[in-house]
Amino acid sequence: MFETGLWRFGGFADPSSDMQRLRREMDRIFTDFGQTAAREMPPVNAWIGESEAVVCAELPGVDPSAIDISVVGDTLTISGSREAEPLKEGESYHRQERSAGKFSRSLQLPFHVDADKVDAKYDKGVVVITLPRSEAEKPKRISVKNQ
Amino acid sequence: MKNMTEYEKNPVQGPSAAEHTKSRRVYIPRVDIIDTKAAVVLYADMPGVDEGSVDVTIEKNVLNISGTVKPPEFQGMSIAYAEYGVGDYDRSFTISDDIDRGNVEALVRNGVLKLVLHKAPEAAVRKITVRAQ
Repeated sequence: MFETGLWRFGGFADPSSDMQRLRREMDRIFTDFGQTAAREMPPVNAWIGESEAVVCAELPGVDPSAIDISVVGDTLTISGSREAEPLKEGESYHRQERSAGKFSRSLQLPFHVDADKVDAKYDKGVVVITLPRSEAEKPKRISVKNQ
Repeated sequence: MKNMTEYEKNPVQGPSAAEHTKSRRVYIPRVDIIDTKAAVVLYADMPGVDEGSVDVTIEKNVLNISGTVKPPEFQGMSIAYAEYGVGDYDRSFTISDDIDRGNVEALVRNGVLKLVLHKAPEAAVRKITVRAQ
């Protein structure tokens, strides 16, 4: 699992551990719920900056119009489906390793997102979602005055 | 419709056949291989590659597909959470003699490489009529 999946960078413990906790929680809720969604599909990478976050997911061969991205508060949801290559008569699979079907994934960000300014791009099979932090939540600098 | 499962990327184990000069991760792309009457069609999931960064070679009976991916960078941001690794792709297949080496089509779309390996005409199925003597 650790070979392929999770690798974290040091010095940024808070958001990642919080996100991981929530992810587990979400997975638990969804899996308990029945056949709602596949687990942890697709895998995501997240970059966090002061005023925005970027979430990337690899979804090769998916029609961009079949990817549904929604943001509620500080939770991002990516869902959609991927179609298998249809077989014509007389054709057969020699090997079938690529998975097809529905996917759904939720992720909690360390801040609330300005949903109107969310931007999603799909290029070379990778979806890149830019999530600006909501104005109300941006850190405000308070100057200290000398008395 | 069933749910998508199994998506973890498989890194190449041990030193690969070709010596790499870069210290980058290398993954084995997942493939579908479909046998049609006239050709063998291969689909490989290689997110992050485009037509300029993917290589397809056939040497004797070994088909090799490889691709290079530039890991994304975002200015002023640090990676906070990562579930998948970004790296190059490399995989080899042994192909049979009935594939026409000179007639291979390669297309890349949405991070999926599609190869159409046409079968040599002489290898196509021929029906032999049996006559009564």
